[in-house]
Amino acid sequence: MKELAGILVFCALVALAPQFISSGVTLNLIIMTLYAALLGQAWNILGGFGGQFSFGHAVFFGSGAYAMAVLQVKFGWNAWAALAAALACGAAVGAFIGALSFRYGLKGSYFALVTLAFAEVFRILANTFTFTGAGVGLMLPLKESTADLQFADKTGYLYLILAFVLVGLLVTWWLKRSRYGAWLQAVRDNEDSAAALGVNVFRVKLGAIMISGALMAAGGAFYVQLFHYIDPHIAYGPAVSIEALLGPIIGGMGTLWGPLLGAAVLHGLGELTRAVMGDVPGVNLIAYGVVLILMVTFLPRGIIGLFHKKAKDAPRA
Amino acid sequence: MLDVRGLSISFGGLKAVDEVSLAVPKGAIVGLIGPNGAGKSTLFGLVSGFLRPQKGSVHFLGQDITALAPHHICRLGMTRTFQIVQPFGAQTVRENIAVGAHLRRASRGEALDHAEKIATQVGLASQLDKLALNLTVAGRKRLELARALATDPALLLLDEVLAGLNPQEITEVIPVIRQIRDAGVTVLMIEHVMQAVMNLAESVYVLSNGRLIAQGTPGEITANPEVIEAYLGHGTAARLRKAAGGQHA
Amino acid sequence: MLELSILFPSVLNGLTTGAVYALIALGLTLIYGVLHIINFAHGAALMVALYGVYFLQQRAGIDPYVALPIMVPAMFAFGYALQRFVIGRASHGKDENILLVTLGISIILENLALYAFKSDTRSIDTAYTLTTVNLAGALISLPKVVAFGGALATAAVLLLVLGRTDLGRAIRACAKERQGARLVGIDVDHVFAMSFGIGLACLGAAACFLLPAYYVNPTVGNGFVLIAFTIVVLGGMGSFTGALVGGLLIGVVESVGGLWLGESLGQIGIFLIFIAVLLFRPQGLFGAKA
Repeated sequence: MKELAGILVFCALVALAPQFISSGVTLNLIIMTLYAALLGQAWNILGGFGGQFSFGHAVFFGSGAYAMAVLQVKFGWNAWAALAAALACGAAVGAFIGALSFRYGLKGSYFALVTLAFAEVFRILANTFTFTGAGVGLMLPLKESTADLQFADKTGYLYLILAFVLVGLLVTWWLKRSRYGAWLQAVRDNEDSAAALGVNVFRVKLGAIMISGALMAAGGAFYVQLFHYIDPHIAYGPAVSIEALLGPIIGGMGTLWGPLLGAAVLHGLGELTRAVMGDVPGVNLIAYGVVLILMVTFLPRGIIGLFHKKAKDAPRA
Repeated sequence: MLDVRGLSISFGGLKAVDEVSLAVPKGAIVGLIGPNGAGKSTLFGLVSGFLRPQKGSVHFLGQDITALAPHHICRLGMTRTFQIVQPFGAQTVRENIAVGAHLRRASRGEALDHAEKIATQVGLASQLDKLALNLTVAGRKRLELARALATDPALLLLDEVLAGLNPQEITEVIPVIRQIRDAGVTVLMIEHVMQAVMNLAESVYVLSNGRLIAQGTPGEITANPEVIEAYLGHGTAARLRKAAGGQHA
Repeated sequence: MLELSILFPSVLNGLTTGAVYALIALGLTLIYGVLHIINFAHGAALMVALYGVYFLQQRAGIDPYVALPIMVPAMFAFGYALQRFVIGRASHGKDENILLVTLGISIILENLALYAFKSDTRSIDTAYTLTTVNLAGALISLPKVVAFGGALATAAVLLLVLGRTDLGRAIRACAKERQGARLVGIDVDHVFAMSFGIGLACLGAAACFLLPAYYVNPTVGNGFVLIAFTIVVLGGMGSFTGALVGGLLIGVVESVGGLWLGESLGQIGIFLIFIAVLLFRPQGLFGAKA
């Protein structure tokens, strides 16, 4: 119950932020941090709670983004309907990849590699077909209204991303105290034991990848509405996949606040490097890479792991 | 309750389990013994769905479960433990047991409550909030038992639950197993600790090199020369008899 | 279907590319076979090597092929240091950690390059860049033919080192049984670092053969990483024969695929093969069943 209250308080605080913060730059930072947190939350469900590390989570992001763009641009769909379809698309891609991978027992590094391969396949496909705009990508026409899920004022986007993050938090909260969540974490910790205790390992993993895919697709949909543009490299490239896993690993995998904390640390770090080194492309990413290595070496349970005194040495990474 | 008929599996050229048939009546404690490498754990794997037999069948509560997946068999009422314990390391004892409890309880609260009850039953009540990986060997063995028990099984397959325990710990666990049976759970246990087998089991099956070489009451099989040979080597039975005969002079 | 006059050069081109792929994959499969590391930094390391060859040519006027004796030891040292002082320390030996650490290294290398060299694509011009060789009617560019020969020669040297030298024996021992190797007095950490070094040295050689016919930019590694993984998995993790055969095969698949499906879609064949192998035959063509 305390955690639920914490979630609501957090969201309320963020929702009130625009009343006190007028700086567009700061609001933008909050929006992008929440966006990164959303990606992290999606990854965290499959990776942190499910124990299946995906290195190609962009495959879900891109599917959501393209669903959003294609349905609006090529078929004239309403933005909200397109959003629902984008989520369904993410879940469907999750079901497809999950059914194949888990049916054939792919785990660990092999699973990570196969997700990478799928992301690349989708990138090539998006790059080839005209209905996705091929290499040029798709541009969303400017139509600023809530009905079109586009906002003239940054505040609108803040509320939108906050809504998604809230859903992510609630799903994660549910995972921590539901039967399904207990099953999922059992599968993560020991598949054979879980099966011996009556857990349908395949179905549980499949469920996780679908939920994770849908949430990641929401991130993709949000991206399109915010930047009005998508192309194969942005949609399915390694940048998004890396962004998705960095947050949870730094903040703490398999925890409620890990992805948010990680996203905040990363963006804070990004701002720091920008202050010190200027607006040079790639510098913040160098910092991220260093932090990743440091985290894995010294804090495998992430920052939140520092606060969990229970485990003396249980590297969950 | 459990009816195993002619179960066989080979790995490469090795016949790990060779035409084994056994029956476990409802409410009994049945022992499965044999020297190391006899195929006992492999048999458990075949019965519980982790391995696919090449020949034979397994019937549980009248139903053919030979080709079913482990989780399905567990839902039907047969739960197994593992010889090499595999706890959910980073979770607490309570959370570990709760996973088993969730089989028949959808509510988290109910599952956690049931977990506490089971923990008390096997003697883990004081360690409920400890992380599983911080338990001693004895603790982990009890946890393995507790998790399986929490699934409310009709038949419990215990794989060397007493291995690695010191004599004191063994005398503590034996009554727990008896209580489990008295509460209505049938037990099939693989055991090396003869003290437990003699104390608990009503009937015993002896496996050696994948084949069933004897079955009967504990008293019968310990006097069985083939069983003695399987454990102590060829010719031992005769030597023992001669020694005993010499003393009677 | 396709005319032989078009197919034949395509296959030959594929073989030449494939030989270089094979060399890249050899390094990766060695690293996997010995250290059980899936080296995500392999592509980034190749990129570093390519830049090395590039600048040696631009600043010091050293021809790529002449640069071999410089690049190979340099990359070896780089690899040794990486494994000994970064990867070995950071991962505590756990698989998932190693994945993440090598991922971190690749992120750092790629963005250091981005910072230092911007995102421009660069290539070099040598006297022979445009020369072609006539092979049974097909015109193949000379750098590619040299690459083919060079890659195979390097692979042969590598196999000799592993099979005939004491170091090679030590490496194979560590690959099979880490603790046992320690017990017989082998300095396992050193051997691991040597193996990683050799793996990256292969990239040094590959870069020398690759640059005359190719180009370099900070993200060029990404493309190679997946292809290298595909080859290693296709050939069988840890199998050298597999890496060689797989490399040539994938080179041809890419070339013919490009011919058939066009530039953009052409590469998809590779990744579909990758997925298929992972799902249906994870031990690959020549690997041992896990």
